[in-house]
Amino acid sequence: MVSEALKAQMRETVARYPLARSAMLPCLHLAQDELGYLPDEAIVAVAEAIGVKSDEVESVVTFYSMFHQEPKGRHVIKVCASVSCYLMGCDAVIDRLERRLGVRRGETTPDGRFTLEAVECLAACGMAPALQVNGEFVEQVSPERAERLVTFLEEGGDMAQVRNYWRQFSDGAGMATETEIGVTTEASDNGVSNTKKVR
Amino acid sequence: MADSTETQTERAPLPLGPNPRFITENFEVPGIDQIEVYRAHGGYEALAKALKSFQPDELVEEVKKSGLRGRGGAGFATGLKWSFLPKESPKPRYLCVNGDESEPGTFKDRMIMEVSPHLLVEGVIIASYATKVHHAFIYVRGELLKAGLQVERAVREAVEAGFIGKDILGSGFDLAITVHHGAGAYICGEESALLESLEGKRGYPRLKPPFPAVVGLYSGPTVINNVETLAALPAIARYGADAYAAYGTEKSKGTRVYCLSGHVNRPGNYEAPLGLSLRTLIEDLGGGMRDGRAVKAIIPGGSSSPMLGADKLDLPLDYEAVAAAGSMLGSAGVIVVDDQTCIVGATLRMSEFYRDESCGKCTPCREGTFWLVQLVERLEAGEGRESDIDLLLDICDNMFGKCFCPLGDAATSCIVSSIKLFRDEYIHHVREHACLVGPGATRAHATAEAHAR
Repeated sequence: MVSEALKAQMRETVARYPLARSAMLPCLHLAQDELGYLPDEAIVAVAEAIGVKSDEVESVVTFYSMFHQEPKGRHVIKVCASVSCYLMGCDAVIDRLERRLGVRRGETTPDGRFTLEAVECLAACGMAPALQVNGEFVEQVSPERAERLVTFLEEGGDMAQVRNYWRQFSDGAGMATETEIGVTTEASDNGVSNTKKVR
Repeated sequence: MADSTETQTERAPLPLGPNPRFITENFEVPGIDQIEVYRAHGGYEALAKALKSFQPDELVEEVKKSGLRGRGGAGFATGLKWSFLPKESPKPRYLCVNGDESEPGTFKDRMIMEVSPHLLVEGVIIASYATKVHHAFIYVRGELLKAGLQVERAVREAVEAGFIGKDILGSGFDLAITVHHGAGAYICGEESALLESLEGKRGYPRLKPPFPAVVGLYSGPTVINNVETLAALPAIARYGADAYAAYGTEKSKGTRVYCLSGHVNRPGNYEAPLGLSLRTLIEDLGGGMRDGRAVKAIIPGGSSSPMLGADKLDLPLDYEAVAAAGSMLGSAGVIVVDDQTCIVGATLRMSEFYRDESCGKCTPCREGTFWLVQLVERLEAGEGRESDIDLLLDICDNMFGKCFCPLGDAATSCIVSSIKLFRDEYIHHVREHACLVGPGATRAHATAEAHAR
């Protein structure tokens, strides 16, 4: 399962660092991106690439929340559950997704299509509540939008189109996208005129 | 208390108008993440000026003079930090960029990296030149995939354009930059844990001293700076330290990117001079409170900073004033909480974060964060006792200043400050088995009833 090409990529990565061990996280990312998770043989391959024992690699794998030793669903939905998203109603989004998908947070649907997770602050607090699908942000998400996102993905929708999708189906005005930079305030009379919202 | 900003504006004519945007000036320019567009708007000219007009040590002095302080949380003077690097060292020295933004309420570094990655890269090159570093690492939080890819591409483009590599712009200065993706661990934002992570280990903080300036990455002298700190350097090089220091307050110079979130009409990132009042940020920039509600509490510097009451609305947001009010400016992640929010519920959510992110290395933090959540959970569910409130404070007392790194201290902030400001609400949970305000009331009630059965 660990291809020669992947091993070669790991060796290249190791060469970029002054010390081979620094390539630990990058090599694990490479393996997980290709295999979908980190089976034992991936851990052995990383250990070989950087010249440490596989136990040491495993101790690193279990420390970082993005690494996983079991497969996950094709679409991993991570809903931010930290304080700013909490204030803006992320729990209702998570509840709705649990009902819609028929799984609890942390679980994968039996068909292997979706994994639902509640995660720590995703640095999207200004666009709360926020979630990620396989690393791509969807922001200002209501329970209804979350549900429609699932339908969209079930129907084979591509995350690259999600921004358009939101524009099309958005039920609130001014649905922001991740690349759009809103300029909302023009002037005020308190010595901070021209201060604009930059994101 | 709002005086500091007013005296500032009265003191001297401001060289760049009342509201310079040292960092976000060109953030609305389409394609500013591409090197051609960035250069067309003056990008990398500051680097050329820095290399040509300053010797490295002069640049360190210039940054000292600008008054720039760390934007990650601690607020340490950047130039001073640089000057702690030993003059001579047998080992190579390194610059590590802390792009591991994960403090709840903070989302400025992600914006800088996604929208204008070249601004960061230019800042990194300037800082490396000043500190005589020849290999810099940009550690980007793993979850911020797009930010990491944007920075990676910017570095590639800068290498092709000759801004990174050998003999940059004929200055004789060499630099390599490696972009490194994290893998999910809040603790890696702590500088020594970041170094451990970069060395391929579990992200456990190191004992200090020795400080990273002396023994850092690969045991070499190492400087660690936050993304926003470095993104301010091109403007300082371009406009000069005096122009930068003309803004802000006496000890907190320049501008900050304030991350405004919570119950306001227009949450978002706003760059403004240090010393901006909370009221201006919330009412004028943030468009006031959502649904016309009243402010109940403000968390001024990310969830690790103690919350403040609505009586502090006129507080100027600079390092000293916020510290004097009993909190800290931290990452400038300003979280605004309205009067319909159950403070016990919000505190529970913040406490869960520290429990989940405690690395487990030291006992007070590992055990303390666990027990704090147990107790707040019980109180929130309407099943607590009044003595639990003092027990919480007792646990916090056993954690604060006794943990291996600042995470343990941070975990106590929301508990101690919320009890101080809203003890009545905790007591209400005990006596009435319900929240005082908000939809949480029903939940606590329902839970308590279920428990009684």
